[in-house]
Amino acid sequence: MEVLLSFLVGGLFAVGVYLMLRPHLIQFLIGFLVVGNAANLLIFTAGRLGSQFPPLVPPGGELLEPIANPLPQALILTAIVIGFGLAAFGIVLFFRAQQELGTLNGEAMPEQFETAPLPSLVDEPQTPQERVPA
Amino acid sequence: MSVILPLLVPLTTAILCLVVPYRTAQRYLSLAGALALLAAGLYLLTQLEDGIQVMQMGNWPAPFGITFVADHLSALLVLVTGVVAVAVTLYALEENDAPRERQGYHALVHFLLVGVNGAFLTGDIFNLYVWFEVLLISSFVLMVLGAERAQLSGGVKYFAVSLLSSILFLSAVGLLYGATGALNLADLATRVEALAPGLRSALAMLFLVAFGLKAAVFPFFFWLPASYPAPPVTISALFAGLLTKVGVYALIRVFTLLFTYETAFTHQVILWVAGLTLLVGALLALAQGELRRILSFQLVSHIGYMLMGLGLLSPLALTGSVFYALNHMLVISALFLVAGLIQRLGGSGVLVRLGGLYRQQPWLAVWFLLPAFSLAGLPPFSGFWAKFTLAAAGLEAGQYGIVAVALLVGLLTLLSMGIVFAEAFWKEPPKASANLEARGWAAQALPIALLALLALGLGLWAEPLLRLSQKAALELLEPSGYIQAVLGVSR
Repeated sequence: MEVLLSFLVGGLFAVGVYLMLRPHLIQFLIGFLVVGNAANLLIFTAGRLGSQFPPLVPPGGELLEPIANPLPQALILTAIVIGFGLAAFGIVLFFRAQQELGTLNGEAMPEQFETAPLPSLVDEPQTPQERVPA
Repeated sequence: MSVILPLLVPLTTAILCLVVPYRTAQRYLSLAGALALLAAGLYLLTQLEDGIQVMQMGNWPAPFGITFVADHLSALLVLVTGVVAVAVTLYALEENDAPRERQGYHALVHFLLVGVNGAFLTGDIFNLYVWFEVLLISSFVLMVLGAERAQLSGGVKYFAVSLLSSILFLSAVGLLYGATGALNLADLATRVEALAPGLRSALAMLFLVAFGLKAAVFPFFFWLPASYPAPPVTISALFAGLLTKVGVYALIRVFTLLFTYETAFTHQVILWVAGLTLLVGALLALAQGELRRILSFQLVSHIGYMLMGLGLLSPLALTGSVFYALNHMLVISALFLVAGLIQRLGGSGVLVRLGGLYRQQPWLAVWFLLPAFSLAGLPPFSGFWAKFTLAAAGLEAGQYGIVAVALLVGLLTLLSMGIVFAEAFWKEPPKASANLEARGWAAQALPIALLALLALGLGLWAEPLLRLSQKAALELLEPSGYIQAVLGVSR
């Protein structure tokens, strides 16, 4: 089971990373969602799988062995919530960026909006006369 | 209680800032919160006299519950975070930025501080991921607050790279958990020894990439100069002072507590990364024509110094790293704030459009030169002692290459700061320059002066902070104290 899921995680990572490398921001966002799920499955797999009983003690009863590992589920739940929040923010951010900048291509978004030429390190003569040696 | 006070103070301030509807009240509340945070940081540092402070949330014993730990490294970083927060909120008192303040600027700043301090103080690696997200989400919103075109363009890049680094970090945590069955840092430290060397090195490299993206080291630094110059200057200064240092802190923590076995490989890689970060950042800084972009590349470059100490991994080297990080937080925030004043008084941040500021505002020149000299590492400023310690440690370890690079980058930094001074302060002002407002900047110069004089004071009287940094370094190199403090058993 772990081997099977490991291949699934690997495949999802490959798909997600490919999409995240695309310049289009919506593709990037879908890639992030895929990779996020891949990471969640990775944690799930890392917590060991198998047919197990839930880690709950019934009232008056006894704990049934083997117990499923509850920790990865808590971790994944946290990661899902955070991933959801980030994706929601990302959608709004990309929407606003598209409105203001007129593009959803991340590579077409300029790094500088104001041209900033390099200062010349040599003092240039102010008038042509100064260039003539005395 | 003292351990989580630096978390509770900004959290309370943030919530109050959300509740209080008046802008002026929010500003003073924000300043009061920053001062209280500074006091909490000082209190935490005094508590460390009794050894490493640990708090188990909800009294769950160590490997099962969530642990908060304050050793000297964490406490010092929290303290300096408080100083930077005070300086930035003081500067923001006089910034009349009504739209952003109405959209919750002050609350977001304090939520950011909660995340930063949480990351410094947590003793659990998954919890570290959660604090990273807390600070990242606040920083995303601060970055694009106001939604100017440059902000959105920079924000998209910052957002994208941060997502990638978060996912890598999360995957690395998952794999580490799968391999060891632990998440508590102290518990992990006792278990990674049993791992296969190849697996350990692979995990180490995953963490190096994930945290390296946050710390903006070579070759993952490109997002920083693309985004930091975009938002208003108070936000830039806050980010520059704090955010990359969280990445550096995480690297130092992980590579002194967990991955100290294959040092011939892992720490050699860190040294190469440090050297290339130093050199590439400094050279690119020389190729910029805009003030805050120059400072962004300087910020990237100087992260290399902190990694250099980590790569050398000796008591002296780590002392240098810790001292450098603390000094750099103060100095780079001061420089970003000065850049804001130059932009306000000179009407532009572009060097060719500036000039003659020395004649108009001689004091501004002083407040620029003090942190600039400290950044370049001239004696008697604090940056000198930091670089001196690192260079001495490098020579001690026989790593002459990295020492040569470190000293060369000091010179390049001085050159870069010299160009800025010559262009903005000495040169004749260009004809078209408009002097926007020359008055009323004294109140904003106050926080810069505080930071600059602190940098000078720490240079003239470096002994106390150097000793504290040394304590931090010794704790890092002897993790048994940390493990014992958290798990309560001696090993």
